[in-house]
Amino acid sequence: MEFFLVTLLNSLSYGLLLFMLSSGLTLIFSMMGVLNFAHASFYMLGAYFAYQTSTYVGFWPALVIAPLVVAGLGAITERYGLRTVHKYGHVAELLFTFGLAYIIEEVVHLIWGRAPVPYRIPEILDFSAFSIFSTQYPAYRVFMMLISVAMLVALYLVLTRTRIGMIIQASLSHPDMVQALGHNVPTVFMLVFAGGAALAGLAGVIGGNAFVTEPGMAVSVGTIVFVVVVFGGMGSLAGAFIASLIIGAVQTFSVAFDYSLLSLFGTIGIKVNTESGWMELWKVTIAQAAPVLPYLLMVAMLIVRPKGLMGTREG
Amino acid sequence: MLAVKDLHAYYGKSHILHGVHLSVGKGEIVSLLGRNGVGRSTTIKAIMGQVVSNGSVKFKDRELMGTKTHLIARAGLGYVPENRDIFPTLTVRQNLMLGMKGRKESGRWSMDDMYQLFPRLRERADAPAGVLSGGEQQMLTLCRTLMGDPDLVMIDEPTEGLAPKIVEQVANLFDEIAKRGISILLVEQKLTIALKISQRLYVMGHGEIVFEGTPEDLRANEAVRKEWLEV
Ligand SMILES: Nc1ncnc2c1ncn2[C@@H]1O[C@H](COP(=O)(O)OP(=O)(O)OP(=O)(O)O)[C@@H](O)[C@H]1O
Ligand SMILES: [Mg+2]
Repeated sequence: MEFFLVTLLNSLSYGLLLFMLSSGLTLIFSMMGVLNFAHASFYMLGAYFAYQTSTYVGFWPALVIAPLVVAGLGAITERYGLRTVHKYGHVAELLFTFGLAYIIEEVVHLIWGRAPVPYRIPEILDFSAFSIFSTQYPAYRVFMMLISVAMLVALYLVLTRTRIGMIIQASLSHPDMVQALGHNVPTVFMLVFAGGAALAGLAGVIGGNAFVTEPGMAVSVGTIVFVVVVFGGMGSLAGAFIASLIIGAVQTFSVAFDYSLLSLFGTIGIKVNTESGWMELWKVTIAQAAPVLPYLLMVAMLIVRPKGLMGTREG
Repeated sequence: MLAVKDLHAYYGKSHILHGVHLSVGKGEIVSLLGRNGVGRSTTIKAIMGQVVSNGSVKFKDRELMGTKTHLIARAGLGYVPENRDIFPTLTVRQNLMLGMKGRKESGRWSMDDMYQLFPRLRERADAPAGVLSGGEQQMLTLCRTLMGDPDLVMIDEPTEGLAPKIVEQVANLFDEIAKRGISILLVEQKLTIALKISQRLYVMGHGEIVFEGTPEDLRANEAVRKEWLEV
């Protein structure tokens, strides 16, 4: 019970963090039709910028500055990168974001090296918020959840209650028509891209110190975020939300389970031939299989529902 | 008010418009006729800056060729596309609000005008536009563009696939638009409507203008009607 509650809270904070990443990716994809391979690189930059900024001015200013700097980079990426290659089609756009992800990784290597940087949780949040039975639950995890939920609510309010939110929603279906009504759609695209980058950057700021800030973080988180958007259905924010929580839970719970198929067989009374070549497979524990579980889930989803959980787009 | 000269337009490698010219005066209703696929919609899209094109598009003595679409709209050109393009997840009211270029109602049309002209829209004001019928969506598209207070509206096949009763309502709206001094460039299949409301007409064939004149001219010119309009 204790283990379950703690893991549940952890999976919730991780799932919400995944949603901060996948929501931006989803909005950018549904508006511009571009799957941004560099999205998780903005997450990584958020973490590194926050680390660097916090060494000078501390964590709290960094919490604001780092996402803003990442937003600026996002705006530049859209305005001078994507918009320029747009006329060569979607493949060119994909290649562009792919190349950008590589460049960002190399730049991070150059500036901060290949080893993790000591980006730490601020002392003021380094205490236990409450205890669940004998486990002390860290305040920083609670803080992460608060920030994520605040962002989620803000995103929802902007999209549904403001004029720019309406323009964004309208541009999801008919961007040409929105522009023909006199709205500056290219600038709206740039703002959405910058906003998505800012969310990714913020996720990096609060995730980088909860986990590790190292050059491999973009790739590892990036692949999970892709699993999330495919599982949830490309282009669906609600789908991305549910998928973030599910994948977050699967990843968090699975590493903690030491059961294997062999132990399952034992419980339900199936006798296994210990000489069989399959024995190695039966012995794999869920914890060992944890890294591939999200992908298995994604493949299963694609077989059952090729559009993903709540996807609308075909093909 | 609007003067188009030597307009060429392209979709990729295919050259669709071959030097189209036309003009619309202040407060004038002008129709652009022609068979399917001759390039009427492309003409309007080229004027709006939505397809690759060259030539000259002058509006209120300002050259618009090469200007971005949203600035063309802000110059006072309204566009009602043939495929309607309503924003399905937004409500009817929100669709109308997005027609406005700023936050406030300004200019010749108010929300109330629209609801008075089409009471059906008032009834459905808070429904998502995606659930409206084809006729209601057509009214909404027209009203949405008018909310932007254009000085000239280009309307692409507004009556296509509509029930006769709604066609009548739409025709009444054209009267109302003209009454407020707004010019109309209309692409219309139904020759009877076009002949009735237009002051001048153009007929297009294969990417160029093959006839221009008044409704009387066209009625009298059986050769043009036979060759370019009747199927
Ligand atoms: N997006 C596009 N890509 C390539 N060709 C196009 C495209 N849109 C239209 N065309 C072609 O351009 C020509 C003119 O099309 P346009 O839509 O202007 O015709 P139209 O006169 O409006 O007729 P209708 O509305 O009845 O189709 C047609 O031959 C059409 O096949
Ligand atoms: Mg057409």
